[in-house]
Amino acid sequence: MATVADLQPGQKGIITEFDDAVLPIKLLELGCLPGNEVELVQVAPLKDPIYINLSGTHIAIRRVLANHIPVSIVDNKPSL
Amino acid sequence: MSKSINVALIGNPNTGKTSIFNQLTGLKQKVGNYPGITVEKKQGICKLPRGVKAHILDLPGTYSLNTTSLDESVVVEVLLNKNDKDYPDVAVVITDVENLKRNLLLFTQIKDLRIPTILVINMADRMSRKGISVDIEAMEKKLDTKIALVSTRTGKGVTYVKELIANYRSLLAQPNLDTSRIAPEYFARLKQAFPKEDIYKLWLVITQDVNFMPIEKKRIQDATSFSTKSKEDLKKLQHRETVLRYQFINATLKDTYKVDLQAATGLRANLDKILTHKIFGYVIFFLILLLIFQAIFEWSTYPSDFIDEQFSLVSDWLKNTLPSGILTDLLAEGVIAGIGGIAVFIPQIAFLFLFISLLEESGYMSRVVFLMDRLMRPFGLSGKSVVPLISGTACAIPAVMATRTIESWKERLITILVTPFTTCSARLPVYLILIALVIPEGSFLGLSYQALTLMLLYLLGFGMAIFSAMVLNRVLKIKSRTLFIAEMPTYRLPLVKNVGYTVLEKTKSFVVGAGKIILAIAIILWFLGSNGYSEDFKNAETIVSERIEKQGLSPYSKNYIKNNIDLYVKSTPLSITGGEKAVSIRAIQDSVRVMTKILTESAMQQEVASYRLEHSYMGCAGKAIEPLVKPLGYDWKIGIAVLTSFAAREVFVGTLATIYSVGSDQEDTIKNRMAAELDESGKKPLFNLASGISLMLFYAFAMQCMSTLAVVKKETNSWKWPLLQLLFMSTFAYLVALMAFQLLK
Repeated sequence: MATVADLQPGQKGIITEFDDAVLPIKLLELGCLPGNEVELVQVAPLKDPIYINLSGTHIAIRRVLANHIPVSIVDNKPSL
Repeated sequence: MSKSINVALIGNPNTGKTSIFNQLTGLKQKVGNYPGITVEKKQGICKLPRGVKAHILDLPGTYSLNTTSLDESVVVEVLLNKNDKDYPDVAVVITDVENLKRNLLLFTQIKDLRIPTILVINMADRMSRKGISVDIEAMEKKLDTKIALVSTRTGKGVTYVKELIANYRSLLAQPNLDTSRIAPEYFARLKQAFPKEDIYKLWLVITQDVNFMPIEKKRIQDATSFSTKSKEDLKKLQHRETVLRYQFINATLKDTYKVDLQAATGLRANLDKILTHKIFGYVIFFLILLLIFQAIFEWSTYPSDFIDEQFSLVSDWLKNTLPSGILTDLLAEGVIAGIGGIAVFIPQIAFLFLFISLLEESGYMSRVVFLMDRLMRPFGLSGKSVVPLISGTACAIPAVMATRTIESWKERLITILVTPFTTCSARLPVYLILIALVIPEGSFLGLSYQALTLMLLYLLGFGMAIFSAMVLNRVLKIKSRTLFIAEMPTYRLPLVKNVGYTVLEKTKSFVVGAGKIILAIAIILWFLGSNGYSEDFKNAETIVSERIEKQGLSPYSKNYIKNNIDLYVKSTPLSITGGEKAVSIRAIQDSVRVMTKILTESAMQQEVASYRLEHSYMGCAGKAIEPLVKPLGYDWKIGIAVLTSFAAREVFVGTLATIYSVGSDQEDTIKNRMAAELDESGKKPLFNLASGISLMLFYAFAMQCMSTLAVVKKETNSWKWPLLQLLFMSTFAYLVALMAFQLLK
């Protein structure tokens, strides 16, 4: 299944159900909840960390963590 | 007259909480610490309408009441303890209009604690630009609160907030959510076991690691009718709580909060493209660092020199005005010289704090964190370590505290341990004076040798920090989760008022803190330097005059007289013409003779004074440690200065100032005095290239700051780490300084 780490810059996804135990509560509080939209804004020069927009909240996380956030990719058109 | 209202300001990071605090309190604020911990406690007084006063507490920023750090648990502690003197009558939750949804999570939690709560929606000036519209009236109803739309940039809405605080009694303290929905069965059992307690409060006590309530926690564990849940189960329930809260918030915002995306402008996206670009990003970061150093070393010399002059004027004035005696000497030579030693680098410190505060306020610091994370990881550091490492150039104490945002314990510990290697501002006066003394003038590729040396010292500090981080990363066997979540706030133009307050506050506390230590040390040193027990000390005058009769003046004194005569001759105008020339030359010769006599007399007095100093208490102590510092190229006076600066590095210059002034009658700048000192052989200056470099290297590496050790102890909660730091850094510094001197001499 696709995760946030698989998104391309500018691409969006909808967060799907995930295992509660893996993700830190802080991430949930920042809006990383099933059903919410997530957009990959930018990738750091060395491919890690990544900069995402969680329905309005902009945060940077490492790929290790992004691998645990499952998404269904909604927007395949390249960013303008 | 009524009693003042206790107000707590609460909010997520980056919501402009501090701006609101500044707007409400003006300059009537006090920064201290929470008892026993190093979390900063900001309080202030705010005048409300009708003569009422509010006592405002600015709590640390937090995303929720589910705490992950010391700063955040302070918030929970204050809000849960009704007996705390800071327990708020009313809570003011600050939110950012652009991030309202996320910010409301904390709001609902506070509401559920049944504390009267006011909602402040800040950054209202950005609404039209971002296409946001809010139906305040409807939102007030849904959230059961009063809302103030505020813009700290224009000052709009602040008066209304004051009014709301004054009328806090009209607020209802009803919860937003039925919290028992988090886990109905579990909460029902809780209610049964503790019928008198507020359930949501109990829930927080159970889930949070809050230090202050061990008793209450114990009561819960002791209640036999009640079985606590496992950590995993509790975490699941916390997740559930978050989901429930967001459901409530989404329902609330659906009809009351609208964003017209068409109207939004893309400043963030455009700036991010450049500032986090894979090449430009680093170039810009490097240029900003260069700018900071330029400011510290070039721009601040003018105000520094000015302050330096003022202090020697004051010192002179005191000596001439007050009746001569012990007290005047202490004041003019010990205290003023010591304080002057620190005051000259107020400009440098102010510049450093100014830049750091600008970088943080504007939102740029987060982009640096993002850029650097991957680069720092091989060294066991996090992108967030960059912030402490940069602010460590101002002072290691706030830098060590700034490591709290690092989630992984191992990354945080390594950052704490290596931060004191960065060149803090206390090293600056030591470096600056030594560089001026031992590094020749001249330039290489347009950069002066002196500036290059300073730059090298800074690079050395950073290099050593990174290198030891790498070693520690290998050596330390600590298992900890690597977590990294960094908010990327919106870019904002920093508010002059906020930056101004920060610079003022930090500089003041630095100068006052260092000033106290320097004052105390100056007084002690001065006393030890002007008293002694031995016969030599008491009969100094006769011993020295006998010696001068037999052997003549010391090389130092001869040098001193010669230099002054040269200077005198040079400055005397020889603009006389014709037949009068012969006469005028005679006149000059006469005056030189008189000059020499005066100088010889004062040189003799100096020799007595320095003989006395050598046999004073301080001289005896210095001679005792001399064998230890001699291999590094230092004499006993420098030894004393190094020893006293274990309290704080900046004491070094002040100590030398005190020692030299006790040992002489001349009012002169400290730099000139150091330049005049000769080494043992009496031929070379004491501060030469070898001993100067050895001293600089020693100061670069040695752990000479008691305050840093204390803060590391508090932050790591153990003596092990600060002691390790002290031992390792200082031994290393000694060895490097030893090698440098032996190779260069």
